[in-house]
Order: sequence, then C-alpha cells, then structure tokens
Amino acid sequence: MKLPLSWLKEYVDIDLSLEQLARALTMTGLEVEEITLVGLPMPADDHLEFKYSGLTWEREKFVVAQINEVMPHPNADRLVLCKLDDGNGELIILTGAPNLYPYKGTGTLAKPIKVAYAREGAKLYDGHQPGQVLTTLKRTKIRGVESFSMVCSEKELGISDEHEGIILLDDDAPTGMPLVDYMGDAVLEISILPNMIRNSCVSGVAREVAAFTGKALRIPQHSITPTGESIEGKVQINISDPALNPRFMVGLIRDVKPVPSPYWVQRRLRLAGMRPINSIVDATNYVMMELGEPLHAFDYDTLVRRANGKAPTIITRPAEEGEKLTTLDGVERTLSSFTIMVADTAGSLSLAGVMGGMESEVTENTRNVLLEGASWNFVNIRRTVTAQKLPSEAAYRFSRGVHPALAKEGLLLGLQRMAAWGGGAIAQGIVDSYPQPYVDPQITLSADSVKRLLGIDLTSTQIAALLERLEFRCEVKGDSVVVQSPSHRTDIGEGVVGEADLMEEIARLYGYDNFPVTGLRGEIPPAFNDRTIQLEDKIRDYLVEFGLQEIITYRFTSPEREARILPAGSKPEGQDYVRLQNPISPDRVVMRRNQMAAMLEVMEKNTRLSQRMALFEVGQVFLPQPDQQLPAEPTVLSIAITGLRQEPAWDQPASQNMDFFDLKGIIETLLTRLHVQGVVYQPVERMPYHPGKCALIKKDDQELGIFGELHPLVKQNYDFGAAPVLVAELQLEAVMQQIPERHETGAVPTHPPVLEDLAVIVDEEIAAIKVAEVITQGGGNLLRDVRLFDVFRGEQIGEGKKSLAYSLTYQAADRTLTDKDAAQIRQRIIRRIEHELNAKIRS
Amino acid sequence: MPEENSIQQEMESIQQSALSALQMAEEEASLQQWRIAYLGKSAPVMKVFSKIGQYAPEDRPKVGQAANQVKNALEEAFTQRQQVIQQAELMHTLQTDRLDVTLPGRIPMQGRYHVQTQTMREISRIFGEMGFQTYRARDVETDEFNFELLNIPAYHPARDMWDTYYTTKPGVILRTHTSPGQIHAMREHAPEPIRVILPGMCYRYEQMDARHEIQFTQVEVVAVDKGITFGDLKGTLDRFARRMFGENVRTRLRPSYFPFTEPSAELDIECFVCGGKGCGVCKGAGWLEILGCGMMHPTVLKNGGYDPRVYSGFAAGMGPERISMLRYKIDDIRYFWGNDIRFLEQF
Repeated sequence: MKLPLSWLKEYVDIDLSLEQLARALTMTGLEVEEITLVGLPMPADDHLEFKYSGLTWEREKFVVAQINEVMPHPNADRLVLCKLDDGNGELIILTGAPNLYPYKGTGTLAKPIKVAYAREGAKLYDGHQPGQVLTTLKRTKIRGVESFSMVCSEKELGISDEHEGIILLDDDAPTGMPLVDYMGDAVLEISILPNMIRNSCVSGVAREVAAFTGKALRIPQHSITPTGESIEGKVQINISDPALNPRFMVGLIRDVKPVPSPYWVQRRLRLAGMRPINSIVDATNYVMMELGEPLHAFDYDTLVRRANGKAPTIITRPAEEGEKLTTLDGVERTLSSFTIMVADTAGSLSLAGVMGGMESEVTENTRNVLLEGASWNFVNIRRTVTAQKLPSEAAYRFSRGVHPALAKEGLLLGLQRMAAWGGGAIAQGIVDSYPQPYVDPQITLSADSVKRLLGIDLTSTQIAALLERLEFRCEVKGDSVVVQSPSHRTDIGEGVVGEADLMEEIARLYGYDNFPVTGLRGEIPPAFNDRTIQLEDKIRDYLVEFGLQEIITYRFTSPEREARILPAGSKPEGQDYVRLQNPISPDRVVMRRNQMAAMLEVMEKNTRLSQRMALFEVGQVFLPQPDQQLPAEPTVLSIAITGLRQEPAWDQPASQNMDFFDLKGIIETLLTRLHVQGVVYQPVERMPYHPGKCALIKKDDQELGIFGELHPLVKQNYDFGAAPVLVAELQLEAVMQQIPERHETGAVPTHPPVLEDLAVIVDEEIAAIKVAEVITQGGGNLLRDVRLFDVFRGEQIGEGKKSLAYSLTYQAADRTLTDKDAAQIRQRIIRRIEHELNAKIRS
Repeated sequence: MPEENSIQQEMESIQQSALSALQMAEEEASLQQWRIAYLGKSAPVMKVFSKIGQYAPEDRPKVGQAANQVKNALEEAFTQRQQVIQQAELMHTLQTDRLDVTLPGRIPMQGRYHVQTQTMREISRIFGEMGFQTYRARDVETDEFNFELLNIPAYHPARDMWDTYYTTKPGVILRTHTSPGQIHAMREHAPEPIRVILPGMCYRYEQMDARHEIQFTQVEVVAVDKGITFGDLKGTLDRFARRMFGENVRTRLRPSYFPFTEPSAELDIECFVCGGKGCGVCKGAGWLEILGCGMMHPTVLKNGGYDPRVYSGFAAGMGPERISMLRYKIDDIRYFWGNDIRFLEQF
C-alpha cells in the first residue's frame, strides 16, 4: 500500500523523522519496503535503513506562484506567456501547458491561477523524457522568447506520471510559500500482512502509530447535513443469503455533479496509487483509503429506469451458473455460483465487492447517486477474484475481511465527500439491511496464560492497558481480563484461537525487542534412532573421500527428458508419473522417476569443461503407487563417472580413461566401508547399460543396485566425449537394510605374514570371482587375503585361456608360519583349482 | 742395506708427496685413485712393510714404526680430505639441484559436497547441539497437510503467500514449504515433547529468475513441550544466528504473519558483512532477513495431537539457499541446481 505521509499526519501527530517512523511501522508488522520523497528532503539520520528515492524540492527553487494573466506567444500557437507572481514580484514566463489555453488572451484574470513554480537552477524531472530523468532548469530561448523557469506538471515534480498539463493548485494556496511547505510529501510503500487488512487504509496505520507512540488519534468522522428529501421509499434492499452478504446499506445524493475533485484530493489519490476520475468516484476511493471500506456508486436514474420508473429493489444473491455481466472495464464475464451479485429486478448490476457493472456506473451525466456500503463473505470474493483474474482495490480488501461496522461509517463519509466536492443534496436517512450482525469476539485472558506462552510477567491490569491502546475494550477481573475486540477488525478469533490472537497483539505492543532471550529448558526429547539420514550422510562422506563431486538436481522433468536414457525410438513401458496440473514449462511437467537422467544432463552440460567427471547425487525419485493417493519417494544414489582416471599434470601424460572397474571399485569400497558383507556382482543385460558391461549388485537375493557402462545407443543421445560413461544406481533403502547395526573388529596380527604369488591359467569363460572362491576354499583359514594383480592373455597361454595372477597372504594368529606351512597351503590350493577348475599353474 | 737416516728421509718424502698429491684430489673418484696409489698394496709406504726384512733386525721396529706413522697420517689425511670433498660435493648438489617451485603441483583426487549439503549440515549441527533431531517428510503432499492442518483453509487469503504446484491427482500438491512435516512429526510423537528440524526440498510455482526458484530447500525447526515461551523462541534463534553468523552478530525479531504461528515474526540479523553500517549485501539496510518463525498456532498444535492449553511450541523456517547466497555472495539462485562445474568447484 502506498501511504502519503501528509495524509497519515492528518490523523495522528508524528514527531518522528521519516526514518524513525518507517522503523517504528516496520517493528509493528507494517513493513516499509521503500520510501519515495515527493518534495521532502532526505532524513538527516546517521544511518538510513530504508530505501529512499524521489525528488526533493529545494525551498528557494520551488514555490507556490500565481498566474495573473495568460497571453499568446508571438511566434508559437502552442505556447503561451504568463504574467506570474512568485511572491517576489511579477515576471513573464513561458509554458506550453494546454490547460492554460482557455485563459489565453482573456486579460487579467479575475481569480489568479495558483501554480507550482520552479525557478532557474531547480532540479526536477524532465517532463518530455520517459520515466524519471533528473534535469536542471537553465536559461534558454524558446522561439525567440527567453525562458529560465517553469510552471510544473505532476510528472516534473515526481508526484505522478501526469504531464498533460500543469498542476492547477487550489485557490487557497499561499503565493510565495515554498512548495515543500505547502505540499511536500513522502510516500511509504507498506507491505500489508494478510491478517492486517484493517491497516490497508490511512486510519488503520494511524491507529497503529497512535498505539505505539501514545499520540492522539483523529480518525475522520462524518458530520453529515442531509438537506434532501428522505430516501424512504426510494429503494428497497433484499439480501438472499446473509452468510454471503451480512450487511448492505445505501444512501442517496441528488443533483450531484461529477466534476474534478479539489487538487489536494487528486494529489493524495495519485500518491496513493489511484487515478482521480471525478468527484463521485474520487469520493469512494478516498473513503476507502481513509477507512478501509470500499464503496460503490450507482447511477440512481439508471436503476429507476430499469425498474420501469418505480423505486428500484437491490437484490444481493449468488450468480446463476453461467450468468453474464459486463463489468465497467468493458469485459463480459461469465460467472459461477460462488460469485455474489448485486442485482435488481431487471438483472445483475455488479460483481459484489469486486467491480461494478458497465450499465449502472456513474458517468459524466450522472446527477443522482445511490451509494452502497456493504460487507461480504471474503471466501466468495476471493474465489471470484481468482476465477475472474480480476484484482481490484475493493476486492483486495473484501477478500480479506472488512468489518460490517465500517459500511456505515464509510457510506456516510462518502456522501459527505461527494457533496463537498461535487455539490448536491444528501437525502435524509439511509436504508440499512444488516440481517447478520457481526459479533465482536469476547475472550477471557489470564495473566498466567500470558506468562505461559510469552514468558513475561504482566498483571491483568497491565495486559488490559496494553490492549486498550489498540481499542480493545477490557474489563479486569482478578488475574484475568475480559477482552472485547474492537468493531473495525475481523482477525480476532474465539476461545483458544482468540487467546493466541491477543497474545500476538500483546507481544507487538510489549515490543518484540523487549522480550527476554531465554533458552529451551526441558529435557532433550528421546532420540528417534532414525539411521537413514545419518547413513546417507556417511555415504556422501565416503563418496567425497573417493573423489566424487556431489550434485543436487531439479526434481522436475518431462517423460521425454527421461526417455533420453533409452535408445532413440524405444519408449518406457507402463510408467506412470506424478504429473503437474500447472507446469511452469514443457520440459518440467512431471516429477522425476529417475535420478540418472538429470545426472547425465549435468554431465552433458559440463562435458567440455572438464576432462574428468565423477558425480553423485543422493535424492528422491517419485513413483506413483496404484490405489494410493501419494507416490512412493524412495531415496536413490546415482553415480556417473567419465574421462581421465587422474587429473593430468605437466610432467605426466594424460592417464587412461575410467572404465567399468573404476566404478566397480567405488561401489565395492563404498559397500565395504559400510560393512555390507557378501555382496555379489552378477552380469545382467538391462537398459541403459552395455549388455556386456553391466552388473547387478546383490546381497543374498536382494538387489541393491546396478551399474555399468552406458549403452552406446544411449550414449549417443547425449553430447558426450569419446570416453566411456559409467553409471550406477543404488536403492538406498535396500542398502541400508544390509548395513549391520554394529560391527566387530579383528585383532591386529602380531605374527608376520607369508606373501606369495600364484598365477593360474584357466578357460576364458571361468569368472574371476569363481577362481578366487576356489583359492579361498583351498587355502583354508590360514589364507588371509587373495588379491588379483594381473590378468594376461596371449600365445604363451593358448587360445581361449587366460592367466590370473594372485597375490596370496598366509598368516596365523598364534605363530609364525614356516616355509613348510606355506608350501602345504599352496599345495592344497593348487590341488583344489586343478581339480575343480581344470586350471594349470603358470610358473 | 739402507741407512736409518735415509729411511727417515724416505718416509718423510713419501708422506710429503702423498699429502701434496692428496691436495690435488678434488672429487671422490680422484680421491679413490689417490688411495690406491698411496695406501694400496703397491703404495710406497706399503712397500716399506713388504721389504722390512731387508733392514737390520735392530732397525726393523723403528722402520715399521715410522712406516706405520706415515700410513696412519695418510689415512687420517684421507678421511679428512674425503669429508671435505663430500661436504663440497653435497654443497654443490644442494646448490645445483633446484626446482622451479612455481611449477604447478599435481592435483590430488578431490571430492566435494554440494554447497547446500554443507550449509544444511551446518544448520543441523547447530540445532543438533541444542537437542534437535532431523526428521524427514515427503515432497509430494496432500493439500490437507500442506495447508488445511496448518490453519490455512481453502480460499484463505494467506494462500496467496504460496504459489502452489498442483498434481493431476485431486488434493495432491508439491509441498510449498517444509511445514507439513510439523504435523507428521507431531502426530508421530505426541504427547512426547519434540525438538526436530525438517530439512527438505520445496516447490513453488514462480517465474524463475536470479532471485526466484521453483525448487528450493527449506529447514523447519520445531519444538513442542510444556512451558515453551516466546522468549525461548527468541533465545534459540539468537543462539543459532550467533553460531551460524558469528558470536557478535545482533538479531532482532520483527512482527510478521504466518497462519500456523502466532505471534509470528521474522528474524533479522545484523549484516555480517558490514556489521550493520549498510552495504551492498544488506542493500544498505544493515539488517538481513534470515527466517520466519513464531509460536505454534493452537489449531496446529491441536492438529498435531497436543492440547494447546497444556503444550506450547515454536516453529521457524529458513531458506538455506538464501543463507549461502549471503555468505558466498552468490547473485543467482539458479546456480544451485544448475550444477555448472565452475560453480560447484568453488566450494
């Protein structure tokens, strides 16, 4: 909300600097986002916390002046010369303002025109350039006439974008007065919290300022003098559903003229972000800014005509499904039954609380105005605003709750303003239908409960004194206070909720800064023993230790993006996604089922930036479950590596590219470090992996994951380099199940080991793991370690054969092994592999 | 038969010529040559021993003694000379064996955590010290848990605070904040007291730009017990801020509004870059908005299974990306999940 400072000062005394005021407002929950100076100087405070912009009108350079005569320019039709008195005597100035043309050549004006005058050297905004461009007034010649000063438009003074003509000040503006003294202002942009809609008006903010500074509050009150014929019998009101429309009231003003409002009204509306239209519309907007009650003006004669000359009946009702109405923005709208309509016997008139209808709106020709003050169910207003995409100042307030008591205050003040600015006679009386009076909640609050929740010691009397500053009516009863909510706010609830609402007000008034800083005192609650998160962290630790880079990717994707991990043309089968109803872009329409696709995109994006990439991510994927509302969200570990095994150095040739076994090493080591024992790696053919370079990671019969080289047909879907891309996906829930709760350590051997090598020639198709198994069986418990260190194929070995060389470690816990012991073990191993694998020992 | 005197002279001359030859040896190789020449089998002094039989028996001890003296002197001179030469050679090596230390080193294998894992861990660690445990809740949520149970009924004006992603399943949305986890955690543990933090990914329907993301992490902090006060909230968050941003950092609570807390507040910290004087990071304000918080709304407590007249609690929610952005001067929030290696490598 844009709040002009001058307007606020009319309702409450302020002896704070602009900076102090902004800070005070912010600390009450009215966050000041920025401040625009409209004439006033920058505050002189040491440190400015807030953001200031705008224009300062130097006292000597900008003054109120009066034009005494408007004369034609000798060489230009579009320019005029003015005899202008700036308080220091009369001078001739030059202007092109079209709103002075009517006075051209009419001689000395009977009533001088009051204007905002900028002298030579004044800094102001250039009226001819878009936006706000600062310029300094310099002496120049325009069409042969010297010009050194200027009568200003609103744009030039930073009041609005208006540059059609110059500002015509009200007649009582004192000639010669520095302009900043006359109407220097500042606009505070305040962010209104959803529960503070009562403060989306000047009196609301003034009320808060008064409560916090203790200054007197002057909320505008009507002093209406009805002079016209009574409204009785001129209009009926028929509310069909009081829950939708608790109150509807109207007043009538006759012979009113829609004329331009006084300049100060126009200026305030503009500063508040509204466009002045005419005295009638301006009065409704002005009252909305004053009190927070949106009003609506109908052309009364239109209503009478629609009622065939009889007294109209205003009906409020839900819209018929599909009912149409053209609103005053010229749009024909099709409505739903949740929209509340203001109608008459001939049909709909306006969207209640949101926007008026075209037909019954006030025009230049309106003479008699029926003014509506009402209150509406905020839920319905909100639904209408959302459905019609029709935000308006009125709907903004009504969709957050406006107290019905404000309808009356607003209506009377509105009539008074219309009469004051546009003439006319206010009819005696008003027609008020208030079938569902708002009951202001009454809450009993004890000093104990304040202590329990806020942690401060306040007596019931102190509590009452605080709340009374915000106009709560309080009655102290012993240690409790019976509190009644004031009739301008609807954010206070009943019972325990009402108590919390009051706690917030007490806390605000007490001052958040004044609260003690205490710590939690209770026992630390029992542990959940949820290992998952700790283990995930451990997995991250190990992978980082192994030299991998963690990434975190978007969980949004599209089926097409995920299909890139399949060969072109093949489609994933029967895969259902968590689909978005309102995706932000076509490539983000579902939640991912697969973390690998996102990881490969990251790899692709970085492919030219790095010769070696080793990435991992721990995150969730989203798998819809049949017959369940919510998807499963399993945690997945994905790894992708590609490129050089080692970072190249200046004296070392580039290392080889990583392959299957680099990735396998990472996985094996990870699982070993997690104490997962007995994992087997089983060849498998599965997309998106190379059929011959892929393994399932299994423990007992449980699949923990899969890894391998990316299938060439998948790899070509991405812009990757030549190096193979190795990827792995592990199901972390399955891995977690295999991690023992605890593990035991073995004793550190004290007797020296015997080391020897054994090279075994076997048929090509025998898997390495099988050979290792047989060696282990043959070696018995003195064989501590079997490590493959070489695989060799060649002529010496023979076609279809391979040589596997193992380094063996023999060791006993209780003695030093002799050569004889070692020879015995070796013999046992050799016998076993010769027998079971038909192996030959390579010597 | 040689004379005794001549022997004496011969010995002296052997020693003289040997010592002067030794001075000529300037490296290990010539030193070894010298040793062969003057201390080897055919060296003059050694020959004296071999022909000692030629001397008169009464002279033999004297001759042997003299030869021994010369031999010992030469050996000692050799050792000394050898030390000198070795020392000189070491000095020479040290002088010449020099690296260009400005050549780049060999880069070890480096793994790295994503910056948000680092920030998240720091937050968890600090709250962990105060007894808060981590609780994980789901990303895809029901409208009921994300809104209704948090005191945000349908069409409530507060719903404007969250631009929501809806799924095609009615009533199923992507969580807009980690707050639904409050309800899950409370329902799982009520009426036991709880202290939990709920980290997780959240989603909002926004146009992406340098400051707005459609996906972001959040950490929710929740404590429920008997007797928890607004002062405790202030104290807990103040302690967090000081641990996170520096022991001297000042904090302030500023009234705000969230449907699920009351009283509600924003926590500002004094800008840790300029110390509150105003700078580019705090945009001149001197304060940085860090998190939203408040006392748990009675309706939320009730929905979580606690009697609001007996229990009280607080909740706070913060955006770890914002914390990282302030700390590391990251000016585009899209860097986080963009995973450009040039960004990731800076942490």
